[in-house]
Amino acid sequence: MKVTIAAYALSASLLAAPVMATEPVKIGMVTTLSTKAGYLGEEIRDGFQLAIDEGGGKLGGVSVELLVDDDGRKPEKGKQIANRYIKRDGVKIMTGIVFSNVALAVVPKVVRGDVFYISPNAGPSRLAGKECDKNYFNVAWQNDNLAEAMGEYLQEKGYNNVYLLAPNYPSGKDQLAGFKRFYKGRVAGEVYTRLGQSDYAAELASLRAAKPDAVFFFLPGGMGINFIKQYAQANLNQEIPLFGPAFSFDQRLLKAVGDAAVGVHNTSQWNWDLDNPENRRFVAAFRKTYGRTPTLYASQGYDAAHLIGSALKATGGDPGKGDAFRKALESADFSSVRGKFSFGPNHHPVQDIYVREVVKREDGSFTNKTQGKVFSDHADAYVTECRM
Amino acid sequence: MYLLIEQLLNGLQLGVTLFLMSAGLTLVFGIMRVINLAHGSFYMIGAYVAATVAGYTGSFLLGLLAALPVAALVGMLVERLILRRLYRRDHLDQVLATFGLILFFNELTRMIWGRQPLYMNIPDWLSGTIELIPGAPYPLYRLAVIGMGIGVGFFLYLLFARTRLGMQIRAGASNREMVAALGVNIRILYTLVFGLGTLLAGLAGVMAGPILAVEAGMGEGIMILTFVVIVIGGIGSLRGALTAALLVGMVDTLGRAYLSVLFRLFLPAATADGAGASIASMSVYLLMAVVLVWRPRGLFPPPGGVQ
Repeated sequence: MKVTIAAYALSASLLAAPVMATEPVKIGMVTTLSTKAGYLGEEIRDGFQLAIDEGGGKLGGVSVELLVDDDGRKPEKGKQIANRYIKRDGVKIMTGIVFSNVALAVVPKVVRGDVFYISPNAGPSRLAGKECDKNYFNVAWQNDNLAEAMGEYLQEKGYNNVYLLAPNYPSGKDQLAGFKRFYKGRVAGEVYTRLGQSDYAAELASLRAAKPDAVFFFLPGGMGINFIKQYAQANLNQEIPLFGPAFSFDQRLLKAVGDAAVGVHNTSQWNWDLDNPENRRFVAAFRKTYGRTPTLYASQGYDAAHLIGSALKATGGDPGKGDAFRKALESADFSSVRGKFSFGPNHHPVQDIYVREVVKREDGSFTNKTQGKVFSDHADAYVTECRM
Repeated sequence: MYLLIEQLLNGLQLGVTLFLMSAGLTLVFGIMRVINLAHGSFYMIGAYVAATVAGYTGSFLLGLLAALPVAALVGMLVERLILRRLYRRDHLDQVLATFGLILFFNELTRMIWGRQPLYMNIPDWLSGTIELIPGAPYPLYRLAVIGMGIGVGFFLYLLFARTRLGMQIRAGASNREMVAALGVNIRILYTLVFGLGTLLAGLAGVMAGPILAVEAGMGEGIMILTFVVIVIGGIGSLRGALTAALLVGMVDTLGRAYLSVLFRLFLPAATADGAGASIASMSVYLLMAVVLVWRPRGLFPPPGGVQ
């Protein structure tokens, strides 16, 4: 048994050195496919796979093989999978992680070698600032970005007494900090709830009593469904408008929330109705292949694939040419479905951020409609802390 | 003042939901000596079946009527096929097997319904709010949940105090060998009790469906609180489950609502919010610790009780 493993490891390292033109480039995807949050990884994977399928098994004209495994939202498991990809499969390009805690456990370790990591979702502040790395790229956003845009939007609209609500964990605090970076008015209350909490009756009663003129909340996934439904059931949506980042308003959550979310404004770097040729093609192809409208996560997976494709094309399909591959990634020479896109010096996006409104379509389904742009060429707040 | 009354109602509503869950669990433990970690799965099954049927027919009541027998039948099936083999074995084996059931049911719902959380709405005749307390409209549906819980509590009281079946169950709880020797079919009794427990869990799931996201794994969160309730109440005791459920509901709700306000009196605002939130999420466990120090077997340990 030991001999076989050694042989595998040996052959893997031998194969990795000169990549033959016929050998497909392996891309390792570590993502979350199980647990309640499994749909997030599913969206990212489907978006990524669509880009490969459209290229006939190729990205940037280079044959690729996508390896996918489920981290179950656990940092330890993510590390194991990454290790296996690198040691057994000789993977040089990785992507896919959904959650920041998993990313923080996996990314610093893999990029220390000569592996490139392209994040299609998680963008914790540490990886954008002090712990940025020359081999780490984020093609989605830095975690605070969408909350910052909502802060700016409420500031512009003249709201002056906002109630804030987020789960009691690092990302929750980052989101509220991001919001307050641009919102300068009064804070009517700042409440941290239990992570994974399902009933918000106590919080809603306190919220009503505080009489804010708006509510900003960050509750991703099922927590958001529960909160929005209960908010509407207490009739609060008739009295106090609700705002939040896109994470509680993706296409799939809206289906579970129903009427309760109609009229809510949320911020995102992408929406299915953004009018550019690349996006129109992507949305149509995604609907045709999977029979549903893509979410922002799918768009991020799709963009990650095309970013990798652009670098493969520039280097003739050899991520082993580290410097050239990195330079190609930095130039971001691909057409993003969100339109204009470039990287800042810390390898995080400089991009426009939009505000969207949840609407009910004629067929009774729910979706987001883009209302306008909040930020143009927005970069993150941590870029000055990054020394590469 | 009005806000406090509203928060007490919220606590009552959480307590009632917890009672529906813990009544079944404590009965099963008290009578069969089985630790059933998978009790939350029946909560999930209830919610899924109700959401599906209500989605197709547009009727909440039909959803409720469909969900209860399904939760009870699946429960009885699980008892006959799996738990029956575990009665004589170690608690650790039971924990392992029923934990496996959680994974099984979660994956099964994903296979049948997909990862997409289901949508379930409050029926029209229960939607909206009423102004019980001036200035604080309270959702009618939550009042209905409270009413339903009180109704079930009354029903269980009648069942156990006034019927032959209830008498046999109580007898089975204090001495099962003797009951079997007196000619009661203890196997059927066990299956019935287990089915009743899962039916109540299913009912709690149906009631939670319109308030919460109906998704795979939704039973786990409430399961943890349910265990806290039956440990505080005294394992095997219905009266204990009722008292402890209301206590836990109140402590959890009031902690979330008032701890950070309290801390703001003597701490800077930012620290107070963080500390308040952290302690509020610990409050029920602190309660459990205090109760166990004071009464190691819970508030109402059943007579003859657990070894």
